[in-house]
Amino acid sequence: MFSLLRSMWLTFLHAFHKRETILYPEEKPILPIRWRGRIVLTRDPDGGERCVACNLCAAACPVDCIALQATEDETGRRYPDFFRINFSRCIFCGYCEDACPTYAIQLIPDFEMGEYNRQHLVYEKKDLLINSEGKYPGYNYYKVAGMAIGGKGKGEAENEAPPVDIKSLIP
Amino acid sequence: MATIYIDNKPYEVKAGKNLLEACLSLGLDLPYFCYHPAMGSIGACRQCAVKVYRDENDTKGKLFMSCMEQVRDNMRVSIADMEAREFRAHVIGWLMTNHPHDCAVCDEGGSCHLQDMTVMTGHNYRAYRFDKRTYINQYLGPFLNHEMNRCIQCYRCVRYYKDYAGGKDLDVFAAHNHLYFGRAEDGVLESEFSGNLAEVCPTGVFTDKTLKQHYTRKWDLTMAPSVCHHCSVGCNTIAGERYGTLRNITNRYNGEVNGYFLCDRGRFGYEFVNSAARVRKPLVRSQLPEASDKYTALKAASSAIKAGRVIGIGSPRASLESNYVLKKLVGEDNFHHGVSDVDHDLVEMALHILKEGSARTPSLQEVEKADSVFILGEDLTNTAPMLALAVRQSVRQQPLLEQVSKANIPVWQDAAVRELVQTEKGPLFIAHYTTSKLDELATQTYFDTPDAIARLGFAVANFIHPDSPEVHGLTEEELGLAQQIANALLAAHNPLVISGTSSGNERILKAAANIANALAAREKSAVISLVVPECNSMGLAMLGGHKLESAFEAVLNGYADTVIILENDLYRRASAATVTEFLDSCKQILVLDHLHHATTEKANILLPAAPFSEADGTLVNNEGRAQRFFQVYPTPEEIQESWHWLAELGTIMADEQISNWQGYDDLVKSMAEEIPALRGVKKNAPSSDFRVAGQRIPRAPHRFSGRTAMHAGFNVSEPKPPTDPDSPLSYTMEGYRGQPPSSMIPFFWAPGWNSVQATNKYQQEVGGHLKGGDPGVRLIEPAGTAAYSLAVPQKFVPLGGHLYMLPLHHIFGSEELSNQSPPIMGRIPAPYVAINTADAIRMKLDEGDLLSFSIEGQAYQLPVKTSHTIPSGTAGLPNGLPGVPFAELPAWAILNRDIKWKQQPQTTF
Ligand code: SF4
Ligand code: SF4
Ligand code: SF4
Ligand code: SF4
Ligand code: FES
Repeated sequence: MFSLLRSMWLTFLHAFHKRETILYPEEKPILPIRWRGRIVLTRDPDGGERCVACNLCAAACPVDCIALQATEDETGRRYPDFFRINFSRCIFCGYCEDACPTYAIQLIPDFEMGEYNRQHLVYEKKDLLINSEGKYPGYNYYKVAGMAIGGKGKGEAENEAPPVDIKSLIP
Repeated sequence: MATIYIDNKPYEVKAGKNLLEACLSLGLDLPYFCYHPAMGSIGACRQCAVKVYRDENDTKGKLFMSCMEQVRDNMRVSIADMEAREFRAHVIGWLMTNHPHDCAVCDEGGSCHLQDMTVMTGHNYRAYRFDKRTYINQYLGPFLNHEMNRCIQCYRCVRYYKDYAGGKDLDVFAAHNHLYFGRAEDGVLESEFSGNLAEVCPTGVFTDKTLKQHYTRKWDLTMAPSVCHHCSVGCNTIAGERYGTLRNITNRYNGEVNGYFLCDRGRFGYEFVNSAARVRKPLVRSQLPEASDKYTALKAASSAIKAGRVIGIGSPRASLESNYVLKKLVGEDNFHHGVSDVDHDLVEMALHILKEGSARTPSLQEVEKADSVFILGEDLTNTAPMLALAVRQSVRQQPLLEQVSKANIPVWQDAAVRELVQTEKGPLFIAHYTTSKLDELATQTYFDTPDAIARLGFAVANFIHPDSPEVHGLTEEELGLAQQIANALLAAHNPLVISGTSSGNERILKAAANIANALAAREKSAVISLVVPECNSMGLAMLGGHKLESAFEAVLNGYADTVIILENDLYRRASAATVTEFLDSCKQILVLDHLHHATTEKANILLPAAPFSEADGTLVNNEGRAQRFFQVYPTPEEIQESWHWLAELGTIMADEQISNWQGYDDLVKSMAEEIPALRGVKKNAPSSDFRVAGQRIPRAPHRFSGRTAMHAGFNVSEPKPPTDPDSPLSYTMEGYRGQPPSSMIPFFWAPGWNSVQATNKYQQEVGGHLKGGDPGVRLIEPAGTAAYSLAVPQKFVPLGGHLYMLPLHHIFGSEELSNQSPPIMGRIPAPYVAINTADAIRMKLDEGDLLSFSIEGQAYQLPVKTSHTIPSGTAGLPNGLPGVPFAELPAWAILNRDIKWKQQPQTTF
């Protein structure tokens, strides 16, 4: 009997609490930075496309809604020729972000993606690529990798010795 | 058999093997790098360490490299031992100190042995914080990409390239921790088998450059078992597709045929499938626009056939099924082989020799085991490349059998074996009119005209068995050589005679047959291997049909007025004038093919035939082995197999038998029942309703990505997955996850083994046969009824003012389809004519000068290449090379100058 009354009292008290619901869309919610919303492709500190088209995000995706094709520029830098996410399938699990070795693909705190036409939920690279480094500033995959690309020759990456002189026998 | 204890569990293993082989054959996971089943062990990488104990009381044990230890009875071993595991993890750790942070952009990623082994050993975090060693890469030609930073110094590449494949231009340079694996300078890799480096190298140092153009991870490919269509050897391949284009060809292990390797024509010749010259829409040239849909085309075609008197021209590069349905459709009397008349006769004869002779035809595996070889009139590297690679291994047989077994060294101890054998080689004799890459291995080479080669062959046969006819008028030298060859063949355990159709001389074939039969009569287990021109030449011959010439006559005489041409460019089969006259006299020309060419230009109705990657079918290789290839990916309805088109036409025409076929299986059944020689084809692969646990075999790996996005750009509603009515394979990743029957392995994969090294898991024993037996059904066994041929030719006599033009073959350039692949195009030599050096001097021609001549009315003007081996009075014309019009060779070429030839003495080097 007592517990019943106590519950009613507690419920009654809630009428005077600060409200958790907000008047969306007039009022916008404040979402934490790690919120898993709309997916973007970011750029490296030099403004280059971060994505190297390694396909790991696509492989990690449990609903297989990422499709891309790798290509290379004339200096050997690899990037996606097309990059497509079908958001009508995406479950915003964030596995792609976890899998990405370059911090290219990131989920951001934006969920306002509603569409009347399902076809409009298919995002191509031009819809995904943003002009920012996103949540992980500073990282530049090609500065760490051993591949030579335009503007970075062999031995010029971080922690790399200059190329071996194969004609030398000196240890 | 020996019993060994691995982690205290007893196992039965084959004695004489090494411990690594034994463990892998048992299905155990043990990491390794430098060992390769085809090349043995050298103990270079130190990755395969296990603990070996003295006896059951020994608890401490010692670390041993398992690949260097022979199994002994009652041996006690531990893979799981802590110390061994730590050792292995450390070895990977050290290999990784200099390894670049490349996996994301590395073409090996996802099928990388180094990745797999790193995961297997549990080396997860990089502890080394200092600078990494780097290298400058090399340009290696259109086939392979080089990224030296990724090397782990396992030495597999040089061991394969130099020791196994006989290459000269790849080596290891520098010293200590600066080792460099590459060429002395940038340049195209010379070996015809260089592509295998991409699979042999356990890392991403050597990768497929053609794949790089449209890069796809292995897990994203839709793959199907296929058979190489670029020569008569019939190597087994895996073809991979993504987004509707063919992405790569990799090796499909077959213990009887190609083993672990492919040649570069087979590996890189696939790009014609993606070519802009593909026929993708049916063309009906009587209407505008010409491009039409399937049903309009079928209607036009069937009314053309109904209205006319029809003959059919089959093709040696089309499947058995397609040729068979064409033969059914037009009737036995109206079915002609779309091959030159010389080829027709020669292949027929080759088939006859294999069927009626006393010697069987060997698989490539048996060729490798031959300990004495005689090659007559074939430049194998250019006509049947993988056969050349097998012969390369066979010259090691005799030293292996004699010295190595005496010295008590196991054959897999590669370094020790090579040290002992040095340059010692078993007997190999080559008689040809041109040099070949195998000459360097030969005990003796003999260069002369085809007739002289045949005479030498007959002499050898006569020395082996006196019932074979005698040859008169041979020089002392030739008799000596013939005797030497006969002795070598007689002394061998497994003598092998190789010949073929490529020199266009039937007497050479007869001589080869006589040798094989003579050896058999002396109770030797002799084998004979005959090279035929194309991937299904043998199948076409077994199917039977008339000559091309009679097809021409039928139309020119008014017997027929409509022709169906199956996957064939007739301008490569007969002289341009003849073909044009023939085609111009036809009322209706119906062509089925994949690529546009001179013949499709003349077609009234052109139907897009599916190339190998879009088709199901069967090929018969030069061994007489029928092999099934499977469609890799679905096609739009206008592109279908030729047999499909023809069967649909048959149904419209209400052909009684054809309209009763419900699908591919019925077709094959009907073919097998009708043609006794092809009965075995039915057993080639399970029928299309075969299921494992109610499931199909998936063409795509379970990690296949992008299914709900790849078509979404076009339409967000996903289409129903296509189903395959012709085979038990499914086009998706759904289906049975275990190992399929050996004839239907779409890709090699096992848990923890993503690279091609997963092949281990599919074999009965490492490097042996596939579980359930190697795929393919041998259709020919010798009856032993043939008598010795008596057709010993006369000596060749040169003709003033003429050159006897002999065919020369090129691995890159002589085959029609691979010629349309851009990477191959980069390797095709410029047109030329090869003439004897002395003749060139007599004609006052320098290397590169133009020589004009005509063959059967066809005029040629080609730059001269001089050759010491082409006999005087003859010349060599490259066969099928772009820019060299067809001529039926050998033939007399008329020179537009008067020249007398001096009879040259035969040259023996
Ligand atoms: S995982 Fe990252 S780098 Fe790789 S394809 Fe996806 S977005 Fe690009
Ligand atoms: S070789 Fe293998 S481990 Fe090395 S970068 Fe390439 S994929 Fe990664
Ligand atoms: S290039 Fe490849 S095969 Fe050659 S040593 Fe290096 S890792 Fe081994
Ligand atoms: S040897 Fe012939 S069948 Fe084998 S891969 Fe080369 S071209 Fe293809
Ligand atoms: S595999 Fe045994 S040492 Fe390399």
